[in-house]
Amino acid sequence: MELTADKIKELVVKPENKVYTKTPLLTDKTLSYCPGCGHGVAHRILMELVEEMGLENDTIGIAPVGCSVLAYEFMNVDMQEAAHGRAPALATAIKRLWPNKFVFSYQGDGDLAAIGGNETLHTCNRGENITIIFINNGIYGMTGGQMAPTTIPGMRTSTSPYGRDVQMMGYPLKMTEIVAMLPGTYYVSRQAVYSAKHVRKAKKAIKKAIEAQLEGKGTSFVEIVSNCNSGWKMTPVKANQWLEENMLDYYHLGDIKVDGKLVKEIV
Amino acid sequence: MAKKVQGYIEIDKERCKGCELCVVACPKDIIRMSKDVNAKGYHYAEFFNPEPCVGCADCAVVCPDGVITVYRARIEV
Ligand SMILES: Cc1ncc(C[n+]2csc(CCOP(=O)(O)OP(=O)(O)O)c2C)c(N)n1
Ligand code: SF4
Ligand code: SF4
Ligand code: SF4
Ligand SMILES: [Mg+2]
Repeated sequence: MELTADKIKELVVKPENKVYTKTPLLTDKTLSYCPGCGHGVAHRILMELVEEMGLENDTIGIAPVGCSVLAYEFMNVDMQEAAHGRAPALATAIKRLWPNKFVFSYQGDGDLAAIGGNETLHTCNRGENITIIFINNGIYGMTGGQMAPTTIPGMRTSTSPYGRDVQMMGYPLKMTEIVAMLPGTYYVSRQAVYSAKHVRKAKKAIKKAIEAQLEGKGTSFVEIVSNCNSGWKMTPVKANQWLEENMLDYYHLGDIKVDGKLVKEIV
Repeated sequence: MAKKVQGYIEIDKERCKGCELCVVACPKDIIRMSKDVNAKGYHYAEFFNPEPCVGCADCAVVCPDGVITVYRARIEV
């Protein structure tokens, strides 16, 4: 039998053969993100887990300020919008009032590490039983690509046009390593979403983070090293290559704290 | 008759933003960008050669906009 494209389609495209499609826990609204932006992938794996773990009616998410300010339009679960950097405080309140809900904050690096640095540290130090999803693209994407606390040395942004000079602008802040050292955190991991292999790994890490919260263990925290094609002024494909070649030397991937114990030397 | 794992993908071209990440992710190099543009003005992803597709879903897993649906079946050849 000759397998023409039409014949393959006829044989294979049947509901029972469907192995992957967009989860209904993402709305049908077009994402407001630029083409190729990692925010879309991060939204999707998080919502896939909420669906797979049967938490769709028991989840409350907190959206940040930043490009993902409209996350509540795209994630088809109960959501609240926080003031810039204040998502962990709002998550704290919601979790204390609704201890049986799965409560997460979803925050960019400007939101979590700059204006919200204080909230992040104290929330993790209190060991609030929430999950923080931290999208680190090393830049303020939404406002036009300014330098963030996470911008890596030498990286060009609109406010460091000659590259980040650490003598003048300080060193990138590794928030994930810092929170891992606080006794309140139970599971801390750094992941990425630039390839299919990494997306699958990141999803497993977020699953561990959700499980930790469901078991009442304290704060779980997953950083996702992501891209900002517009802010970095690169095509999406180039941005992902640049991320792999440059960001990961500074931001090492993998679990940092598991079951309340450091599993990696902090450098 | 032999059996073969055959994949097939459907791309919702009007939702595609033309980022090309699926093209790079596909281990079989069977996705390309269209010459035409969709209503938003993006060159969209095209699945131009189904036969080598193994239904691994790597293309769908990296798509930021959830545009790709993947099917997989064992078929007789
Ligand atoms: C109180 C306050 N200060 C400043 C701003 C301006 N502002 C909006 S988004 C943003 C930074 C966002 O960067 P990030 O959190 O990294 O998110 P991204 O867009 O990169 O995903 C800033 C400074 C604001 N909206 N509110
Ligand atoms: S500006 Fe950057 S972070 Fe924001 S949507 Fe575009 S690529 Fe994503
Ligand atoms: S399912 Fe796998 S082989 Fe088929 S088009 Fe997608 S990436 Fe390529
Ligand atoms: S990854 Fe998705 S949005 Fe990007 S080109 Fe492929 S189908 Fe289109
Ligand atoms: Mg950012």
